Amino acid sequence: MRELEYPFDNDYILKKKKSLKKELLANERQFIEKKIAILGGSTTNDIKLVLELFLLNYGIKASFYESEYNKYYEDAMFENLELEEFHPDIIFIHTTNRNIIRYPEITDSESEVNAILESEYERFKEMWERLFEKYHCSIIQNNFDFPTYRLFGNKDATDIHGKINFITKLNLKFAEYAETNQNFFINDINYQSAQYGLDKWGDPFYWYMYKYAVAVPAIPNLSFQVANIIKAILGKNKKGFVLDLDNTLWGGIVGDDGVDNLTIGEETSEGQVYTDFQKYILEHKKMGIILNVNSKNEESNAIAGLRHIDSILRPEDFIAIKANWNPKSNNFKEISQELNVGADSLVFVDDNPAERAIINQELPEVSTPNMEVPYRYIEVLDHSGFFEVINFSKDDFSKAEMYKENAKRRQLQKSFTNYDDYLKSLNMEAEIGGFTSIYMARIAQLTNKSNQFNLTTKRYTQAEIEETAQDQLHITLYGKLEDKFGDNGVVSVVIGKQNKNRLDIDLWIMSCRVLKRDMEYAMMDSLVEQCKKRGIEEIYGYYYPTAKNGMVKDFYGLQGFEKVSEDPEGNTVWKFEITDDYKKKNKFIKVEE
Amino acid sequence: MTREEIYKALDEVFEEVFDDESIHVTDTTTAEDIEDWDSLEHINLVVAIENRFGIKFNMSEVTSMKNVGEMVDIILERQ
Repeated sequence: MRELEYPFDNDYILKKKKSLKKELLANERQFIEKKIAILGGSTTNDIKLVLELFLLNYGIKASFYESEYNKYYEDAMFENLELEEFHPDIIFIHTTNRNIIRYPEITDSESEVNAILESEYERFKEMWERLFEKYHCSIIQNNFDFPTYRLFGNKDATDIHGKINFITKLNLKFAEYAETNQNFFINDINYQSAQYGLDKWGDPFYWYMYKYAVAVPAIPNLSFQVANIIKAILGKNKKGFVLDLDNTLWGGIVGDDGVDNLTIGEETSEGQVYTDFQKYILEHKKMGIILNVNSKNEESNAIAGLRHIDSILRPEDFIAIKANWNPKSNNFKEISQELNVGADSLVFVDDNPAERAIINQELPEVSTPNMEVPYRYIEVLDHSGFFEVINFSKDDFSKAEMYKENAKRRQLQKSFTNYDDYLKSLNMEAEIGGFTSIYMARIAQLTNKSNQFNLTTKRYTQAEIEETAQDQLHITLYGKLEDKFGDNGVVSVVIGKQNKNRLDIDLWIMSCRVLKRDMEYAMMDSLVEQCKKRGIEEIYGYYYPTAKNGMVKDFYGLQGFEKVSEDPEGNTVWKFEITDDYKKKNKFIKVEE
Repeated sequence: MTREEIYKALDEVFEEVFDDESIHVTDTTTAEDIEDWDSLEHINLVVAIENRFGIKFNMSEVTSMKNVGEMVDIILERQ
């Protein structure tokens, strides 16, 4: 919804939140349902209501627990049946500088100041540890905004008795904790308040009148950032850019003006604008965001432009380059299909409002940020929060490579008439085993991103994945697939729950990029083997239809299960009896356990 | 703006904030008369009215306004 995309109108959102919510709920999309507990150190009512809107806009329907006014600490540290019953998926602790209990006094010695710092930090750390132990879920914690006054003026930043100095150190300690705890995330209100304007952010009117520590008009900025962290935890970040060329990546039109006359490079002010923008885009590639071109151009001209001596981005940096005279919406769909990436995961970057309008009309699920003033391009993309980083997994860094390898596989496939011969030629090797700590982040990511090859569409947070892995009654399997073109990383996940001699499959997912490679059979073989070891004799599989998972409707049938039941909604139950003469189904993948 | 014009504009603000197109406010309308008008929504209403008329209420005004009539008095005086 345009009203909830950057740059949004804060006052409008606050005023119209009731009707915006109705409109979002009327949308027939499929929502992920999540439970979010907000533990507040000040009033949180509007923070919750606006957060709800941004989450709905991301396809997440949240139910909320909200602590009583300023009871964040009590809620975390003492027995709390209501919160226990609520069973949160995510806990958001909304505290601000108003919740710092003790600051250094002017007369305190250095060791006294350090002791105060330590005690403020420990109070929070104890709370995080207790919450994690108790609820085993992701925790989002605000760091601290600065107060709107400085007793020592600029010296407040450097003197150990200054509040600015104290908060800076406390924030660093929070950051260190976040670095070593994977399910803990900082919501950086120190940055957000600076960006919004500290005096307006901390406007004391709202504190004294309503005990809002963050001024009400600033709340949409805060809630948007929290929503971004949550959607990223749930694996709903964007994956790539689809970029226009002329007047987007460089100034001028390469077909008309000629390569030599394009505006780019360090020599002119305007050229610098495009150079810096290209650098910004290239940084995304390094963190695993895939880049594509969608341009109305002769392909030769497009390539020539990208080979311009001052062009930071080179043709090799892109996965798909569509430079032709077809409607951009067609090109966009083709790119999405070729990469096997949903259109809703790609961001369309084009300076031309007419082109953006066509994409909006043909592919309403695509984000089309308003790229209007070239020197604000970076700001618009950046503040939109498309690629909120949660944890870097090794897979992220090599993602662009993986898409390139896939393109090579497709070419190879074309050269074989017999599909089996093609599979053989790939020299595939898989690693299949119970969940291990190095893959937890990736496994959680997959459970939230997979929509098509997903039998039950059950979502897990990383904390839940870790919990399941430890539970003796669960069989967990991850599958990692490599072939002669490269490593696909973890591509399949199966979770089953043992009940004496039977196993119920809670989750079976696979990344669509390894479809038709026999990987599902390799997973089945390993699952059967695990079951045999535990004396399990029958496996029950469940298929729950959604708008997106029609492709696996008969999956269990293909695996040799028998259909036990089907209800009017199309939910099916399948049964597989393990016999002593079970024959392995996978023929092409060498499996390493 | 005349008193009547202010009322017309206020109706629009109330309708938007409470998402109810049937609301019409008068001098004697109070929070009792509108179902969703609680202390938490009051702040949103105040902010929306301030934005609509380009004014700022001070703290004592926000706490002491007893009905819409007093609100209109302040708007008339401030504009």
